[in-house]
Amino acid sequence: MTVETTVLPGRPNVVGNTLTIARRNLLHIRANPEQLVEMTIQPLMFLVLFVYVFGGAIAGSSREYLQFALPGILVQGIAFTPFTTALGLNSDFTKGLIDRFRSLPIARSAVVGGRIAADGVRVVWSALIMTGFGVALGFRFGGGFAGAIGALILVTAFGITMCWPMAFIGVTARTPESVNTWGFMIILPLTFLSSAFVPIETMPGWLEALARVNPITAFIDATRGLMLGGAVATPVLKSIGWLVAITVLFSPLTIARYRNRI
Amino acid sequence: MGVPAIEAEGLVRTFGNVTALDGIDLAVTEGTVFGLLGPNGAGKTTAIRILSTLLKPHAGRATVGGFDVLTQPAEVRRRIGLTGQYAAVDELLSGEENLYMIGRLLGVSSREARSRAGALLDRFDLADAASKLVKTYSGGMRRRLDLAASLVGRPPFLYLDEPTTGLDPRSRLDLWDLIRQLVAEGTTVLLTTQYLDEADRLADDIVVIDHGRVIAAGTPLDLKTRVGGQVLQAHPLDPADLAATEQILHQFAADGDGSHVEGQVVSVTIADRSALGHAVRKLDEAGIAVEDLSLRRPSLDEVFLAITGHTATEELENEQAQEGSNA
Repeated sequence: MTVETTVLPGRPNVVGNTLTIARRNLLHIRANPEQLVEMTIQPLMFLVLFVYVFGGAIAGSSREYLQFALPGILVQGIAFTPFTTALGLNSDFTKGLIDRFRSLPIARSAVVGGRIAADGVRVVWSALIMTGFGVALGFRFGGGFAGAIGALILVTAFGITMCWPMAFIGVTARTPESVNTWGFMIILPLTFLSSAFVPIETMPGWLEALARVNPITAFIDATRGLMLGGAVATPVLKSIGWLVAITVLFSPLTIARYRNRI
Repeated sequence: MGVPAIEAEGLVRTFGNVTALDGIDLAVTEGTVFGLLGPNGAGKTTAIRILSTLLKPHAGRATVGGFDVLTQPAEVRRRIGLTGQYAAVDELLSGEENLYMIGRLLGVSSREARSRAGALLDRFDLADAASKLVKTYSGGMRRRLDLAASLVGRPPFLYLDEPTTGLDPRSRLDLWDLIRQLVAEGTTVLLTTQYLDEADRLADDIVVIDHGRVIAAGTPLDLKTRVGGQVLQAHPLDPADLAATEQILHQFAADGDGSHVEGQVVSVTIADRSALGHAVRKLDEAGIAVEDLSLRRPSLDEVFLAITGHTATEELENEQAQEGSNA
């Protein structure tokens, strides 16, 4: 045996491993530039469609509706960003890459963690694009600079947190098609059954009760409060509670599933 | 025989009510190629996955380089390279980026990772395509990159799970050469294959498995000897001499075996090596010119037939036909 082959890889480095995987996932954008288009155009499309199609009917004018709806559309758009987490991990499993990663002496959390770190970058990108476009269309912050920054931080934290349940779907589902089915079945009703597009008081009583306990409503109320100015303490605290709860529930489930999936 | 570098005892693994492994023992000598041979579904991949810590056995134990796969999986992973049935490389990165990524994951410095990637790309004849996305690579290039990726960490133990399945003959030969070079450098290779000639050409020791059990073990020579004596083949130059040739060779047939003719070739299983010399003289005396006269051991396909009652190729062809009709 040569001297070289006896030098074995060292102990895993969680941070280094995670960053390497994150870099790899971001490099994928170069091979698939349509991802960038999707990350950019899709939220803008939602914004324009909702504000100009429904705005007049719901709020009397699209300008008024933009003020109300931008925080909701922002949270909704961000809730869909983690689909890339689920689809990316799922494709790594089906293409056999996960077997390679799991046979390497690297941190067990690095592949999922690196995926989520890369998707965190996408979340920030989408949030900035949507907010910037909203401002260009006439949105005005009522909560000042601090409110705007606070909203951006909250939305980013929300997006990264939502990566965990989506990652769980990604490592559990057998095919990309079932990732899409499960993802839409969960995310779409959650985002609509909330305060995103209409005041929840206008819903029938039973639906209003559901919308009130929906975690997405807490995030939207907090974001709206921060962006428009107004009472934010309760929804922000509720949001932080949800962030912690979702992460504590889904991160160990996801990592365990990642490790044990056959 | 040295101390076994890879050792497994009584490995059992079931999936639902399917028993993939039903008590397999393996002992791989350091610095050799060990061939795990069997048809699809025999349990080869399950064995590899257990030995690479991707799957836990339901019974039995296994060590790699002295480290237990169940209790010391991290130590095992530091010492192995795995190349699976499907080229597990990132299609959306370039070849160079794939190898660089693996190097970085293994804790190698950025500079060293680049240098290892460059050296492997050169060695595996991928230097020209180094900066191209892997999705543009041919099947053979992907396999070579996959093998390169499993070598970035310079593992002393290399697992190759059907490394040449689906490759064209030229790429197969190239890959065989690379595997031989690695072994010459001291790597211990555990190879699974359903190609009998592949095990015959590469492996020092072979275990034949079928339905999760070891049905035969030994060197390729042992296995062929077990099945029977050698086969004497003659191909007369003039087809008109075929019957006369058969008559002559028939005299040398081992007890109970006749001669048989396939195309222009007469084959006979012989009991005694000296038959070759006698056959040459008899054919010469009869004035029969031969294009080819040779003595060969039975192929591993014949070995498989003798052990299991079916040939591995038959089973493979059936499965491929099924896959084809499903596609």
